[in-house]
Amino acid sequence: MGVTGALILIVVVAMAVFAPRLAPYDPYTRVEVTPEDILAPPDAGHLLGRDDAGKDVLSQLIYGARVSLTVGFTASFMSMVIGTTVGLVAGYFGGRIGNVLMRSVDFLMVIPDLPLMLVIIAVMGRGLLNIILVIGLLGWTYTARLVRSQVLSVKERQFVLRARSIGASAARIMLHHIFPQVLPLVIAQAVLDISVAILAESTLAFLGLGDPTLISWGNMLNFAFERGMSRRAWWFLLPPGLAIVWVSLSLILIGNTLDEIVNPRLRTHHLFDPKRMIALVVRARPREEEVLAESG
Amino acid sequence: MERSNYILYKLGFALITLTAVLFFNFLLFRILPGDPVKLIIHSPRMTREAQDRIRATFGLDKPVWFDTERLREGDLLGAFDTQFTAYLRNLLRGDLGMSFATRRDVADLLAERVWRTVVLIFGGDVIAIVLGMALGLIAAWRRGTRLDAGFLLLALFTWALPTFFMGIVLVLLFGRGRLPVGGMVTPGLKPEDGLTYWMDVGKHLVLPTIAMAIVYTGEYILIMRSGVMEVLSEDYILTAKAKGLSTLRILRDHALKNAMLPMVTMIALTFGYTVGGAIQVETVFSWPGLGRLMYDAVQKRDYPVLQGSFLILAVSVILANLLADILYSVLDPRVKAE
Repeated sequence: MGVTGALILIVVVAMAVFAPRLAPYDPYTRVEVTPEDILAPPDAGHLLGRDDAGKDVLSQLIYGARVSLTVGFTASFMSMVIGTTVGLVAGYFGGRIGNVLMRSVDFLMVIPDLPLMLVIIAVMGRGLLNIILVIGLLGWTYTARLVRSQVLSVKERQFVLRARSIGASAARIMLHHIFPQVLPLVIAQAVLDISVAILAESTLAFLGLGDPTLISWGNMLNFAFERGMSRRAWWFLLPPGLAIVWVSLSLILIGNTLDEIVNPRLRTHHLFDPKRMIALVVRARPREEEVLAESG
Repeated sequence: MERSNYILYKLGFALITLTAVLFFNFLLFRILPGDPVKLIIHSPRMTREAQDRIRATFGLDKPVWFDTERLREGDLLGAFDTQFTAYLRNLLRGDLGMSFATRRDVADLLAERVWRTVVLIFGGDVIAIVLGMALGLIAAWRRGTRLDAGFLLLALFTWALPTFFMGIVLVLLFGRGRLPVGGMVTPGLKPEDGLTYWMDVGKHLVLPTIAMAIVYTGEYILIMRSGVMEVLSEDYILTAKAKGLSTLRILRDHALKNAMLPMVTMIALTFGYTVGGAIQVETVFSWPGLGRLMYDAVQKRDYPVLQGSFLILAVSVILANLLADILYSVLDPRVKAE
């Protein structure tokens, strides 16, 4: 599943990188159109037809990958950095600092995302930077929880206790000893966050809050919905939506596979296959002892 | 910690959250670029006096947080006569201001529309929960089979699917069918028409509800699947199996019951997403609820309406979470605060 996802993602990344070479037309230049060109269905010159301004849909679709991937990667990276830092500090120090940090995580989790993003972007303006900032600054809560719960168990392990006993500083322990242990989980989560960010960007754009100077899949869907719906212009409506599904599905497949590899939970199952079940129980036993030894 | 303490703790958290939302809502709409009065007045020919009068009616001539000058004069009560206290006072009276675009009272607008959104969310969410729990249970039980892989792929696919796009696809598919794809009722029908009217409204609800249900079923499949899988790895399942209980009984009496607990929390936690989904679905199907109201307000930069809708949505999600926490502590006596 992960390999399929990676292959799909490579196609999209290639689309974004080589957009100027791949796209048959430049979607950012003005075109002279006749009335027949408006929302013209697909033909040999325009494989996905034309939009409400007579522009080639396929070219816009290819260029749109740039915005989605930019927003997805930068916003997710922001969330990853903030979430990991908060999780490390909250988990390692615990006490009052940890409590305050985790309560602010709870607070952000309970506020409905989309309405919050809508009002902030509506007030602050719909530039690309604002969109990235809002998505990145609101999306770190799950990572913080994940990291904290991992840190809580890792920080009692032998190698951390040893490092502490020889006088390593808190920052050093967190960075050199605990961080490498939580990194795989964080990366799996960050990959999933990219898809969440891409979906958030396209939803905002669809609702009329995308960066108006850029061509993105969400912006295309907004135009298509506002102007192409009555003409049932499927060639304008479906491709950008399918592109969003395509790229976020690939990221979810990759993230899910990574998660299954690095996440130690959910390995045993007592109900399905009796033969495998015995093997699993036998194999599960040392793990339980290990857990006991570590916690004690 | 005792259960009553736990509930008090959760209540306190909800109160703090509500207060923070109130502050945020006040602050966000104060940092709007430009003079708020200019947003209301479009005519540049309005006299200074008239402008000042509008400022006075909205309390915009007062300081934002705190009046230090009046405090220096010894007027302690007057020092709190500010924009913030005016905002709180209006809120307590249920006054959410007036819409820029329609000149209507925002509280009235919200009251008129909130039930339409509740119906949509309730219908979509209940279908999604029931379907998601059933499919998730089966997927976890038959873990590793083709059936499980199929359900998992379906769930991941709907996760990748933007809610509004699901709506658009349904409109394209059914646009020429018998089911209406937009609005709440066929123009011409009135509530006085009785059953015909409500039947018509129900027909208009079908596609938006299906759109919501499809998108959120996947999410619940994933939650239920991992919940049941965790339960199935517990030793008491092995014991039950050893006692010779049938698979059906183990699934029903042990797996389902124990996996229900995390489900309650997840339904509340994902309620925020569901609200977001309703905004998108209402936009696509022109269903005149809170979501469509927000969409229209965004297009017209109708800030009082945006502020009011955000407040009501945030407050309902916070209350739903509080309710889930209380319910959870009743269902699971082991629960206690960290």
